[in-house]
Amino acid sequence: MSDEAIIRVENLGKKYRIQHQQNGSTRYKTLRDAITETFAAPFKALHRIGRSSLEERVPGSVKPLASRSSSEDFWAVRNVSFEVKRGEVLGVIGRNGAGKSTLLKILSRITEPTEGRVRIKGRVASLLEVGTGFHPELTGRENIFLNGAILGMSRAEIRKKFDEIVAFSEVEKFLDTPVKRYSSGMYVRLAFAVAAHLEPEILIVDEVLAVGDAQFQKKCLRKMQDVSRQEGRAVLFVSHNMAAVSSMTDRVALMDRGSNVFTGATERGIKEYLKSSDQGCGAYDSPLSNSSKPFVSQIRVNSAKGEAIHISGQNMVITVVINHADPIRNACFSFQIVNQYQHPVVHCWIYDIDTPICREGQSTILTCRMPSLALNVGAYTLTTFLSEPPGGQFFEKLEGICPFQVEIIGSQTLFGWRPDACGYITAFEWTKH
Amino acid sequence: MDELILEAGRAERNYWRDLWRYRELFYFLAWRDILVRYKQTVIGIAWAVIRPLLTMLALTMVFHKFAKVSAPGATPYALLVMAAMLPWQFFSTSLSECSNSLIGNSNLISKIYFPRLIVPAGSVITSFVDFLITLALMAALMLWYGFFPDWRLLLLPAFIMLAFAASFGLGLWLAALNVEYRDFRYIVPFVVQFGVLVSPVGFPSSYVPAKWRLLYDLNPMVGVIDGFRWSLLKGEGVLDWSAILLSAITVILLLTAGVWYFRRMERTFADVI
Repeated sequence: MSDEAIIRVENLGKKYRIQHQQNGSTRYKTLRDAITETFAAPFKALHRIGRSSLEERVPGSVKPLASRSSSEDFWAVRNVSFEVKRGEVLGVIGRNGAGKSTLLKILSRITEPTEGRVRIKGRVASLLEVGTGFHPELTGRENIFLNGAILGMSRAEIRKKFDEIVAFSEVEKFLDTPVKRYSSGMYVRLAFAVAAHLEPEILIVDEVLAVGDAQFQKKCLRKMQDVSRQEGRAVLFVSHNMAAVSSMTDRVALMDRGSNVFTGATERGIKEYLKSSDQGCGAYDSPLSNSSKPFVSQIRVNSAKGEAIHISGQNMVITVVINHADPIRNACFSFQIVNQYQHPVVHCWIYDIDTPICREGQSTILTCRMPSLALNVGAYTLTTFLSEPPGGQFFEKLEGICPFQVEIIGSQTLFGWRPDACGYITAFEWTKH
Repeated sequence: MDELILEAGRAERNYWRDLWRYRELFYFLAWRDILVRYKQTVIGIAWAVIRPLLTMLALTMVFHKFAKVSAPGATPYALLVMAAMLPWQFFSTSLSECSNSLIGNSNLISKIYFPRLIVPAGSVITSFVDFLITLALMAALMLWYGFFPDWRLLLLPAFIMLAFAASFGLGLWLAALNVEYRDFRYIVPFVVQFGVLVSPVGFPSSYVPAKWRLLYDLNPMVGVIDGFRWSLLKGEGVLDWSAILLSAITVILLLTAGVWYFRRMERTFADVI
């Protein structure tokens, strides 16, 4: 264990027992269930012995264990090891259900690990959800004290920081109003203000920034950075917002199905995450193998980050293979990049009259390089057109092919990147006169 | 800097130290519950006076006026009932509050670590505030009747302790059970209703037939109520010390087992709540 490591997680595992309930999906039992289970258990056991030998012989049964018993072990987290150093912001990323929340629950001591060990030097404060423990009937002032205590501050500490908290939250005027009358923005601001003034050695932040207005979000991000860089504390930042993760963290731990599959530089971690997430293939292969009419047989979207992910502002290369039994006279090929709202954002074309194509052989390979393609974030597809010039034959139109994602890394906007903000991002400068 | 190690079974070892460390949170949770308790009610804190007063009047009417039950000595019957109402109302409010306490704080329990014991403990404290108000009502009532307690009053704190232990002990059971089995939501009001009849709230213990006496004394509230009457009302109702002892033993068993059961279940609260 290196000296500055403030959190050390070693082979951490958490096992849950999942009850397979036939009726209802309530998590808690009723007494009736408990009673019937107790009485039925011996019979079920007998029944099970009789059946299990049969089921094991069934080929291709995916989960023989699950089908046999009414409860099943499930490892929400397993074999997770990493270290967080003093002054570091570690991003924790992964898909839903990858075990991020369980990991945080263990670190914040809400639940105990089943195996492995965590060493923590210092106080941990978690912001699993802002406003935890806020009581709607209490006033802002009262809630500051209550929430502070819940987050682990002492009364003296809260008193000392009270004015600072109030100033940060920007709700001075409503301090003596019950928080149930607050707007959701005010509520979040107050809650985050309390949390931001904690002085834990380790701060756990989980999707807190999903709420609140943009200006406040920025303030929070800055506060988090101050906390880690200047005050030498460690921050664990859990988010699905890759832009925030990339601007906030230097290292990430990538979780997948309960274990951390990668720990290291943020850039690579995000790439791995995007690769693992099933968001598109960026490729097209024609179902046709032979046709008298010309057709597009293959398209590949190649971006700097791999096939299915494009990082906005970087190069993209699209490779197209056109099959044509006979040479095409004056071939015209074009494609559109269409965003998730079905609006074409970019149109690129190549015409035989400008650049001779499809005049020789049975197939033609074309590549289209788009330098610094600054698409907005979101999901995109291609639409292609293959034809003769206007008035001539129309060979093929393909729609919704080569799905790929666009991510923005390393730059922030006040309001966050949204797919619906625009189609394309261009460089701009403002001057005030 | 002290190092915290988290691994299976580790929480057990830090438990009592943590309980002390989180005392401020305990204070704040109790403070919140007290603050919130009557906040949205029209007459607010007056409920703490009206409820025991009306119950006392009703019980006095039914038992004393209609059923012609009378106090063994010369004590006004209303005082006899009020002295019993004190611990009984504390006990019954504690039970209802405790049993819902964990569920009511599920957002905290599933998100923040702290020794869960402070949640039901906070509920008992909140009920104790009501108890203090009722105690003031009792004092006013005694003044009204011109009835002044004697040296036996000095023993009242001991009986308050016993009432505390009984409320907290059973409360812990109900709180933990209610997390796992929501049936207790229905059981608790029933127990409270039933309890008024099997505890000497509306009548003196002397009315209980001798052959039922032992079974009757097993009810921990019998000793508590008799003790309250004895110490507040100048030895009203002969105090059966063996009955008090039996009550005390039951209460201590209940409390110890309650703490044990609660701590056993506590580890999984965050997962099942």
